[in-house]
Amino acid sequence: MQEAMINKAKQLLADGTVNRVIGWKRGEFAYDITPAVFESAEELDSEFVYDDFTSANVSKYLVKECKKEGRILAFLKPCDTYSFNQLIKEHRVVRENVYIVGIPGGPKLDAEKIKAKGITGILGVKNENYTLKIDTVYGEETMPFYEAILDKCASCKSKKHVVYDELIGEDGDVLDSNRFDMVEKLENMSAQERYDFWREQLSKCIRCNACRNVCPACTCEKCVFDNPNSGVENKAPADSFEENMFHIIRAFHVAGRCTDCGECSRVCPQNIPLHLLNRKFIKDINSLYGEYQAGEDTTSRAPLNDYNKDDCEASIVHERGVE
Amino acid sequence: MLKISLDKLDKLFEAIAASQTLYIPADREDGAAEYRKYESGMKLSNKLNTLRSAKDFFFPQTENLVDFKMEGKNIDVIDVREESEDFVIFGVRACDARSFTILDKVFLAEPVDSYYKNRRDHSTVVTMACTRPAETCFCGTFGIDASAPEGDAACFSDGENLFFEAHNEKGQKFIDSISSLLEEGNTSKLDDVREKTRDILKKLPLANLSTDNFGGDKLNEYFNSDKWGELSESCLGCGTCTFVCPTCQCYDIKDFNTGHGIKRFRCWDSCMYSDFTKMAHGNPRLTQLERFRQRFMHKLVYFPANNNGEFGCVGCGRCLSKCPISMNIVKVMKALEVK
Amino acid sequence: MNNDTLIPYIGVVTDIRQDTPDVKTFRVVSPEGGKVFEHMPGQCAMLSIPGVGEAMFSITSSPTNTKFMEFSIKKCGCLTTWLHAMDVGQQITIRGPYGNAFPVETELKGKDLLFIAGGIGLAPLRSVINYVRDKRANYGDVQVIYGSRSKDDLVDYKEIIDEWMTDDGIKVDLTIDNPQEGWDGHVGFVPNYVKELNPSINKTVLICGPPIMIKFTLAGLKELGFKETQVYTTMELRMKCGVGKCGRCNIGNKYVCKDGPVFRFDQLGELPDEY
Repeated sequence: MQEAMINKAKQLLADGTVNRVIGWKRGEFAYDITPAVFESAEELDSEFVYDDFTSANVSKYLVKECKKEGRILAFLKPCDTYSFNQLIKEHRVVRENVYIVGIPGGPKLDAEKIKAKGITGILGVKNENYTLKIDTVYGEETMPFYEAILDKCASCKSKKHVVYDELIGEDGDVLDSNRFDMVEKLENMSAQERYDFWREQLSKCIRCNACRNVCPACTCEKCVFDNPNSGVENKAPADSFEENMFHIIRAFHVAGRCTDCGECSRVCPQNIPLHLLNRKFIKDINSLYGEYQAGEDTTSRAPLNDYNKDDCEASIVHERGVE
Repeated sequence: MLKISLDKLDKLFEAIAASQTLYIPADREDGAAEYRKYESGMKLSNKLNTLRSAKDFFFPQTENLVDFKMEGKNIDVIDVREESEDFVIFGVRACDARSFTILDKVFLAEPVDSYYKNRRDHSTVVTMACTRPAETCFCGTFGIDASAPEGDAACFSDGENLFFEAHNEKGQKFIDSISSLLEEGNTSKLDDVREKTRDILKKLPLANLSTDNFGGDKLNEYFNSDKWGELSESCLGCGTCTFVCPTCQCYDIKDFNTGHGIKRFRCWDSCMYSDFTKMAHGNPRLTQLERFRQRFMHKLVYFPANNNGEFGCVGCGRCLSKCPISMNIVKVMKALEVK
Repeated sequence: MNNDTLIPYIGVVTDIRQDTPDVKTFRVVSPEGGKVFEHMPGQCAMLSIPGVGEAMFSITSSPTNTKFMEFSIKKCGCLTTWLHAMDVGQQITIRGPYGNAFPVETELKGKDLLFIAGGIGLAPLRSVINYVRDKRANYGDVQVIYGSRSKDDLVDYKEIIDEWMTDDGIKVDLTIDNPQEGWDGHVGFVPNYVKELNPSINKTVLICGPPIMIKFTLAGLKELGFKETQVYTTMELRMKCGVGKCGRCNIGNKYVCKDGPVFRFDQLGELPDEY
């Protein structure tokens, strides 16, 4: 795949279709991949990588990149195309300035999951028939591939590309995912249990803003939490109420726009399952306003921006909150 | 050397906790290790290091500095400082132990930060030698020996026993306080373990990373490097690296109106944030390039320039594993280096 | 526990002067009377209204003033707006003094001095000018070139007219950017006026004003033959702690709050261009 992508990128650079390529750059180890822009065949040959660890969603970078001179080639995984489509819908990207090559997606690996097995001193990771052969300074280790995949990939919602100029490989289908299982579990808890669950999770937050900054739905020019005049610009929560509110307000703000790309949880340095907040909203929107997948198309009205006579009454929403 | 059998660790912790507050690295539900206040039955984590660094003990994420009561045109200043209780931090790794020396250079320099000093004075740092360093470790780059950590006292495991060594008076006092549980032990197996660790340290992928070409004398050369654009290109501008870093100590001071008065608190801040240097009339660091450059220039050039060549990094590797886009000081050093 | 510099003192505002449409000068004393602390010319203090904000301001009164401190403050942000709205008798918090000072007792002693200021930039220099006036014998010629957008924007105009202009010991040259009714003085930008006045290159220069003014004035001074080692300025960056620990006001390895705010241009030239 990596070779096909490099060849495609070189071809599109050579024939002038694009003047640069956004992809992923090799790191020091097997897994520390950095999103990067490539401008020449030489750079592509020496540093471009696409493997089991290239999980970063590069869609958000295109907000900035599409405003630069010339067209950029973006390799988008199925989940990334939903993010990009949503950005088109919100007029955050200029579609014509991005040439999209759809590529097959994950499942992608999570280095933290490998390390959690006590495997350390990792020098290389090879996938042999879905068994990971991990070369370490302490000798070779093995573990099943599927035990090391990212949470977001474990509940993949779609293998289908919703926007592209061309594809490498065949397109997949929307999947019947299990992504709401944990949300249901939380819904079935008592209010106190649920509160305890979220308090424990959210109290880990160090307010690094990685979730917000990586989120393709968070593209405000100036975030309210960064605005000194907003009254909520805090770098550290003054109390547990604020600690809770930051993430809940953010989830509200991206409700109906979050495509469930899972980047928030992937980047959280404290392992907070932030995507569960977003999924709760997605599940609620589905049940209150009908099935809706943000980013699936660029034209339909988003449920929270639309009104029709069949919409549920506000009282229904209100009563649901009463236990 | 004095030792205790590893299966008697519970007794040791109970004994320490009986007289002082004890913090040990323990595993959280999600598997990550963090320092926790010891309670009976708590197990010492066998993870290499804690997710958050040990700087939290002396420089917490947020702390109250002073309170104000406002009445009409009058302001009452209320000093809320209290003498810290004595506490022991057990199991600090060599990298984090060195970070305290670096933080000291900032907070204990005149005028001394009394909040920091108060906690520093009341702490006993008991370090633990590493036996299974990770690929992200590069403490050796900064002259730190993971098999011989600093701290008030250090302990070393040979797989069966934990051996103790005092480094100063405070450390000796700590060992004396638990001496009834300790016995003299043979260190021949420990010597083997330490030898093996040193071998592993030499084989780590970052073992050859060197600071030789960094330091205070390279100020304008590195500041004006043309690499910063490429290096900072995909930086998200989040604060992860700064907040997991044991030596990052930039802070903000803010006021919070409780409704009954004003609390002035200090909290971690990040040079990666867009408002870090923002003033009413402008900002000297307008793009992520300048903010990104500041962080690495501070660690590799400015800090050594002001502190006799000491670098502002201990090679703990937390930023290497936690940066959302895997950009970090190692990649910066390798890209920047002018021989 | 020892005093901590982050815990402020109380200051009482005993006088407020409207200097220009957007600059007020505040007189501050300790609740017991007298100055809250001593300082040297060029040093700063952190002023705050708890719950509103805290910021660094240059102390504009001279240390030779034994009764009170003064701060000339331009309304431009949250805190300054609040300060402008308050009445006499209001308490504020104050801590300091912070930073170095103009080397009035060392390098500047015995020298011919040229002060060049633009707009609110006079504020930090006022402290030095009055210090020099009070210790007049220690210095040579003293000249002040001061300009602003208009006559109304000249800070401390009353003091300039009543005290400085009548003082034989100093020469004051004023200018405003554009012609204005009731103004028969010089009209034109500060950098050009400096060149016109063609000051002797033996003078040591202290300059403060908007960055653009400083830039062109410095270029003009160099054309006249001044060296960077003869020219001092005072810097301003965002600050929080005031003691070189919070990490934000650095230019290269120098912290403006601690190593500055006063820099000589040759020292500044060695630092990265990031201010």
